[in-house]
Amino acid sequence: MDTKADDEGNLPIVVEFTGGLELLFSNQRKHQIALPSTDENGRSANLAFLVRYLCQSLMTGRRKDMFVTDGTVRPGILVLVNDADWELEGEDQYELKRNDNILFVSTLHGG
Amino acid sequence: MPPTPCALCNASRALIIRPKNHQKLCKACFISLFETEIHNTITANSLFSPGERVAIGASGGKDSTVLASVLKTLNERYNYGLKLMLLSIDEGIKGYRDDSLQTVKRNAVQYEMPLEIVGYDELYGWTMDQVVSQIGKKGNCTYCGVFRRQALDRGAARLGIKHVVTGHNADDVAETVMMNLLRGDLPRLARATSIVTASAASEIKRSKPLKYAYEKEIVLYAHHKGLDYFTTECIYSPEAFRGSARTLIKSLERVRPSAILDVVRSGEDMARLVPAEVSGGHRGGKDVIVNEGEAEGDGGCGSANGRASGGEMADMEKQLLENDGARDNETEITVNGHKHDPNCNKSNRMPKKLRKQQMGKCARCGYLSSQDICKACMLLEGLNKNRPKTQIQVSVEEEDSSPTLTRRMEGLTVIPGHQT
Repeated sequence: MDTKADDEGNLPIVVEFTGGLELLFSNQRKHQIALPSTDENGRSANLAFLVRYLCQSLMTGRRKDMFVTDGTVRPGILVLVNDADWELEGEDQYELKRNDNILFVSTLHGG
Repeated sequence: MPPTPCALCNASRALIIRPKNHQKLCKACFISLFETEIHNTITANSLFSPGERVAIGASGGKDSTVLASVLKTLNERYNYGLKLMLLSIDEGIKGYRDDSLQTVKRNAVQYEMPLEIVGYDELYGWTMDQVVSQIGKKGNCTYCGVFRRQALDRGAARLGIKHVVTGHNADDVAETVMMNLLRGDLPRLARATSIVTASAASEIKRSKPLKYAYEKEIVLYAHHKGLDYFTTECIYSPEAFRGSARTLIKSLERVRPSAILDVVRSGEDMARLVPAEVSGGHRGGKDVIVNEGEAEGDGGCGSANGRASGGEMADMEKQLLENDGARDNETEITVNGHKHDPNCNKSNRMPKKLRKQQMGKCARCGYLSSQDICKACMLLEGLNKNRPKTQIQVSVEEEDSSPTLTRRMEGLTVIPGHQT
């Protein structure tokens, strides 16, 4: 399956949502997706592109503002790239690789 | 980007960047440092005494789950000698609390702690679902907040426990500081920043061991330790006011992560300027007296009620001015000009005595209260008055020949929907 996705120019990655964000994505925590390997301008897919892609293709909830504000991930949502804080990986400029695991955790909801 | 090595062990790859100082840490060093810092907070503030029985206010959410996990770890590592228990409140909200209580029940097994669940229905005869069906969604947080505070105390009392710890974190405290600043609520500003709140209203002391812990690190700790917690939003709480304070704090954090602890420290400094008569506590001491029924923010609920009226604020300003300690600490005191205006209305100039807290017992339920009837009983009285709605409607059917009565009944049916 991974190979096939590659042939089509897609990156197989795992995207996870927790802390309440799963409500925006079919109430499902883990999603295996095939992300186009290049963005709208033909550049390598980075996290900024992934976030746009998720809003367009994966989001089922209507409260997009709970995930994205001012064109980037809403403050209070942690982004982990293979368990590392995305701030250590260049934030939304991080270029995705095959089999990356991207975790979005909201800290904004009841505790 | 090449992997960054951990700033402490220099061996493993850094996965965490700490909000307060940008330190880059690996998973193991982060977990150990996070725990050590909570331990330092506990010892620096002498939160516990050996052999003490402590109830952890547990909601099943991230904060209380991390608190339970860390306290268990530290209690064993440093031999605190604590007997830890979980204490949960069941507000009676279907689809919300019943799910998160399942998490608490699992936590009780995982952490080998006894669990006590106290329900609003058994304490008050009303679940929050019933309260909301009666009064509507607006303003129900007031009921929930007042009921919760007593419920935690009563649950602790039932267990014979005199100390309840809650999972309030640095972000919560910073939000509360902001909210109370914006409201001009000095008493609560003082109380909310205090790590320990003892209360004349009950023998049970409250403390917040996670007061200096970033919400971000709490979530990361839970994630990297694989803790089992539940995320949900109260279905009745729109969180309007706290929501905007929360957005502000999170946006500040994005720009400058240290801002959260800075706000907490500023709140503490401002609290020191609030005279004891206003805050209800003894000055300079660690303990702060809390008014019955007024929690220090109640963990994320949207209640914006119970703020001081204008008259009380004027009293407070006067008190502030008169307080020598405050004057010493203040860099600048500005008082509205009309206060010194000799033509000013006399009643405004009369230095009114601030009412002192006189603790007695509620005449209804026997719970310690500063008033004759405690807040919970007052709220219950209002709820119970409107309860026999169906009986009234029956009498309308019986006497529907009387237009006067029908009209009166029409008037009555409006009352249950009436909100304050």
